[in-house]
Amino acid sequence: MSAGTDVPVSAGTEARSRGERRAPPSSSVRPDPPGLAATVAALLRKELLVELRTLESVPGMSLFAVTTFVVFHFALNRNSVEGDLASGILWVTLLFAAILGVNRLFVADAEEGGFDGFLLAPVDRSAMFVSKALALLAYLVVLELVAVPAFSLLLLGPSLGQALPGLLAVLALGDIGVAVIGTLVAALAVRTRARDLLGALLALPLLVPVVIGGARATAPLFSLTHATGPAVRWLLTLGLYDLVFGLIAFALFDFLLED
Amino acid sequence: MTALLLEGLARHFGEREALGDVSLSLGEGQTLVVFGPNGAGKSTLLRVLATLLRPHAGQVRVLGSELPQEAWAVRGRIGLLGHEPLLYRQLSARENLRFHARLHGVGETRVEELLAAVAMTDRSSEAVRTLSRGMLQRVAVARAVLHDPELLLLDEPYANLDPAAVELVRPLIGATSGHTRVICSHDPSGGLAEADVVLGLRAGRVALVAAAHDVQPDAIAELYR
Repeated sequence: MSAGTDVPVSAGTEARSRGERRAPPSSSVRPDPPGLAATVAALLRKELLVELRTLESVPGMSLFAVTTFVVFHFALNRNSVEGDLASGILWVTLLFAAILGVNRLFVADAEEGGFDGFLLAPVDRSAMFVSKALALLAYLVVLELVAVPAFSLLLLGPSLGQALPGLLAVLALGDIGVAVIGTLVAALAVRTRARDLLGALLALPLLVPVVIGGARATAPLFSLTHATGPAVRWLLTLGLYDLVFGLIAFALFDFLLED
Repeated sequence: MTALLLEGLARHFGEREALGDVSLSLGEGQTLVVFGPNGAGKSTLLRVLATLLRPHAGQVRVLGSELPQEAWAVRGRIGLLGHEPLLYRQLSARENLRFHARLHGVGETRVEELLAAVAMTDRSSEAVRTLSRGMLQRVAVARAVLHDPELLLLDEPYANLDPAAVELVRPLIGATSGHTRVICSHDPSGGLAEADVVLGLRAGRVALVAAAHDVQPDAIAELYR
């Protein structure tokens, strides 16, 4: 038969008589595809399991943050910092530590065929965005469990105890922003050859407003006058930024996975 | 019922044509074997059929659904066994299969059944990075058929498998499995024995398409010259 010619549907039926065939798989008994929550749970579980086995993200992020505080401690030649300076050091350090995690976020999926395995499943693709953002959020929380006490010990002048409730609120909003934007950027960068560089280059400008909002909201907490709470205006700004980027990322993510 | 219908399928990577003007049809339960030298477009064809690559021209109908518009309708009905096993290296065979089972809404008993079927129960708790290539291929076969797909897309499925392992996986992906199959192969005699329909590709173009009983092994060998 010539090139490009259709082969009739019946072609080759003789060959089928070579062996017994069982009944073909039937779509009528096909299992129901999992919903969004079940898919997110499966993906998140896999994500945390891979990180627990490889320890490629969280230890590196934490070590980077602690080392940076040590460097600041000696470079500034001061035993303690407070106010704007303290707040700025904390947030810039957390930002750069977070970039390390962002760059690793999709590497296992890209290198080990996880994308294809996921794309072949009959599931909502947004589940990957949600699970990756939740995983990054978990990494950031662990990072801060290490980094904030280290910062308090190495650099912070005022007591951390009084600032802690307000700081937790600011960190939570900042972490959500970093997780959402970081996941979006990581998904964009991972399929390029220069993904480590591109991830950082794309993430930094988008995360600058998070750092500004986080640092401004935190500064009153680290002041020697012991302000009672974080700057509400900046908390609201952070919350709005998180919301806007959360919606943008959720809407765009499916297209990033497309060929 | 027609399981696959291709009319003038084309796919490019930048300026390079990976597939051009590919047309054929395949009935439900039949096996299409694709031959061709390296770079002929075999793997690209499988990825288009798997909905992982979009066709750039022509009509592609898989299991009654038009691609790429209705790709969502066929995901979950396709099993892909490509060059990559699609397994996370740090996870065990059981963890990988359970992960894929959850994505397909399949119960965990199916995972244990398949681990036993590919004789991997004993090594199922070890990270897959520690397994030999043959063992990895057996786990990959289990992953590909986990959700009992209607269409199996197999890229050199018996690569890295010893004869005993081939016999193990044959009931899952062989002619007796009942699946409609598209197989990429470099083995003229083995491929022809599996085929109902033969497609020969050269530089992304159709060089041969015919019912298997009309094709001689020499015609396949000619594709590689």
